[in-house]
Amino acid sequence: MEGLIKLVIFVLLVLTGLIVGTILERRHYRSIKKREVELGHILVFTERMPPHQFAGQPFQLVSGSVVVSGDYFKTAAAGLKKIIGGRLTSYESLLDRGRREAILRMKEQAAQFGAQAIFNVRFETSSLNQKRKNGIICAEMLAYGTALKAPPQAANETGFSANKNLR
Amino acid sequence: MRDNASGKVLLSNIEFIPGYAITRHLGLVQGSTVRAKNIGRDMMAGLKNIVGGELKGYTELLNESRQEAIDRMAQQADAIGANAVINIRFSTSNITAGASELLAYGTAVVLEQRS
Repeated sequence: MEGLIKLVIFVLLVLTGLIVGTILERRHYRSIKKREVELGHILVFTERMPPHQFAGQPFQLVSGSVVVSGDYFKTAAAGLKKIIGGRLTSYESLLDRGRREAILRMKEQAAQFGAQAIFNVRFETSSLNQKRKNGIICAEMLAYGTALKAPPQAANETGFSANKNLR
Repeated sequence: MRDNASGKVLLSNIEFIPGYAITRHLGLVQGSTVRAKNIGRDMMAGLKNIVGGELKGYTELLNESRQEAIDRMAQQADAIGANAVINIRFSTSNITAGASELLAYGTAVVLEQRS
């Protein structure tokens, strides 16, 4: 009897994760896509050195971070998938939206500073709970870089105009 | 990111900043904090695990801690007479379940704007 109750609770948690988690994920993706278009004017590079056009411009360290957590459904789905191996799609979408959110937060900081571009962008991911008994993953994604203000000349002369179609 | 404690140390993670000259090189500076999650936040996170997604309490906690690590690094740089820290790197490590160390390190230099 006790085992049955435990099973029912587990099934309920998995179902909640599936239904509510999917709704929340869709909503988050919509918000990410909207903000990615809005912040498309800030260019992001992994280049270590900004080009000479940016010489002498004010700069600032910017960073964005987010802690994301899986749910019971994602954990159960990944657990089953681990038997045969291959892509764990339930985790892929979680980490993808976490990282995109971190980039967006970094860009928001750069926009506040009035920057045109972010250079030397680096990512870092760290796992927050290795010893939780329920096995639900929880990770922090960090994105950081150096934001630089636009060169004083007309933006298109420098060749660093933001492409309106750029996402 | 809000202004660092000393307020006058420039921060960047690029190695050489175009248009600025490094007139003095003062060596490595670093700042770190070890933070533990508190029970309240842990319980909220436990509830949030049912639906997944962002754990806002932890995001705030880590952001505050990282800012503190940066502040300590900036203070150290200011104390040895630098006006900028360049080539900054971040590192996070899980020391035990529920506590992490956040480290920020970089090179303290004296930067001068080229005329």
